[in-house]
Amino acid sequence: MAEILRVENLSRDFQLGQGHVRALDDVSLSLEQGRILGVVGESGSGKSTLAKLVMALDRPTAGRVVIDGQDLFALPPRALRQARRHFQMVFQDPYGSLDPRHAVGRIVAEPLHLDPAAPKGAARRDLVAGLLEDVGLAAADADRFPHEFSGGQRQRIAIARALITKPRLLVADEATSALDLTVQKQILELILRLRDEHGISVLFITHNIGVVDEICDEVAVMQDGRLVETGPARQVLDHPRQDYTRRLLAAEPMLNVIGRRNRAPV
Amino acid sequence: MMLSIRDLRVSFARERGPAAEVLHGIDLDLPKGRTLGIVGESGSGKSVLSLAVMGLLPRSATASGQVLLDGQDVLAMSERQLCGIRGRRIGMIFQEPMTALNPAMRVGDQIAEGLRITQGMPRADARAEALRLLEMVRIPRASERIDSFPHQMSGGQRQRVGIAIALALKPDLLIADEPTTALDVTVQAEVLDILDDLVTELGISLMLISHDLGVIARIADRTLVMYRGDRMEEGETEAVLRRPAHDYTRKLIAAMPRRVRASLEAPHG
Repeated sequence: MAEILRVENLSRDFQLGQGHVRALDDVSLSLEQGRILGVVGESGSGKSTLAKLVMALDRPTAGRVVIDGQDLFALPPRALRQARRHFQMVFQDPYGSLDPRHAVGRIVAEPLHLDPAAPKGAARRDLVAGLLEDVGLAAADADRFPHEFSGGQRQRIAIARALITKPRLLVADEATSALDLTVQKQILELILRLRDEHGISVLFITHNIGVVDEICDEVAVMQDGRLVETGPARQVLDHPRQDYTRRLLAAEPMLNVIGRRNRAPV
Repeated sequence: MMLSIRDLRVSFARERGPAAEVLHGIDLDLPKGRTLGIVGESGSGKSVLSLAVMGLLPRSATASGQVLLDGQDVLAMSERQLCGIRGRRIGMIFQEPMTALNPAMRVGDQIAEGLRITQGMPRADARAEALRLLEMVRIPRASERIDSFPHQMSGGQRQRVGIAIALALKPDLLIADEPTTALDVTVQAEVLDILDDLVTELGISLMLISHDLGVIARIADRTLVMYRGDRMEEGETEAVLRRPAHDYTRKLIAAMPRRVRASLEAPHG
């Protein structure tokens, strides 16, 4: 299986007053084609810093990000710009990530400026229409504006936008965290279907270990900028080796004991 | 009965056309010392319901029916009477502790503020009480943290301060609207433990609003399931989750992650 993403000894320091804080500390990961890797951690674990570096939206203090054999931070700016069509991102907030003044068709087509050979005119409209239908919306939605859509529908628009350049890698940073549970379920099913149909790889960043279990093949657990534990999702969740992973799993609200009165006194 | 709601309807005036009704006749009872969970998705009306109980509905809203707090109808109260119950009879805990707290005021002063204004408590006594409350919500090294500003605390600590403020005037009813939604899971578990212990210890009633059935299962004796302003079902939380009477409840349960659903089928496992 071809390796799409390799993260090697990645670190990122931020200035803080006189000293610095290490938000990401020597993290190494690998993601193969058609696989979904979940990165799970709490606030301050460094998971969003990792997402920004993988998207080349920030530069590391040390280490490399290799996508499809290309070392992102060794590329000249022009080449990096061209490489960007191969990795796209879906953000957490479907209200903040879509320009309210643009029609959906224009929003979805936006990343095509990265591709000099992108279709124009009627071919471009057909491409947008096909993608909108692919994510469960209607072709006619291209002429409507973001405010006419619910949060879940907006996230579908954001996913269509991320897919238009046929990327090899999709980075989803808390992409379902702002959604209702029933809507989250639909979006997770959509991501799984798109993976099966297009063979896309997904780096799925979340604070929710239950969601990891739903769609991820592999999982990386992070704490305080470090990788705590990695492995196949089922194995890590069912047989965690590290204390922190166990704590994270134990804190998840479960339904085996219901109500206060049934709880054993502490 | 601590809180009785009878046929509560709330509608919002629109610029054009008839008013939009968002709560279509809700009934519920919450006895003293018990906890009620209200679960629903966006647009279910759960937050409008909590605002109605506090008498905090916006001016564009019209409410009918009864919201009886210890027999007194909140909907019929004047603003002056409402000021007398908010904080004193009903404590409120909000979702976002950073925006609910005053960023320019030390947390000890924020807890003491209500005590000094409504009870005329002397400054030193109010500070001592604030310290006691901070210890009650298990803020570590409370005597040092009492002079902290909100931005110097973590999200979980800020939410504990929010709980301390809500409890300062010894209310009989606590309303918590998504109190742990902004918190990390490990912190959420601690805050729910604290809420559970305090409600039990103080014998007060709690109405907790959440979109998360896991949170509801942790703390609610009874659960009300809402959808688009209607009550879908209400009952003992255990019965609602293990033997849902309504399709919508089943849909909510089915939307939970596999691990959580599996735990429902394996009691005490």
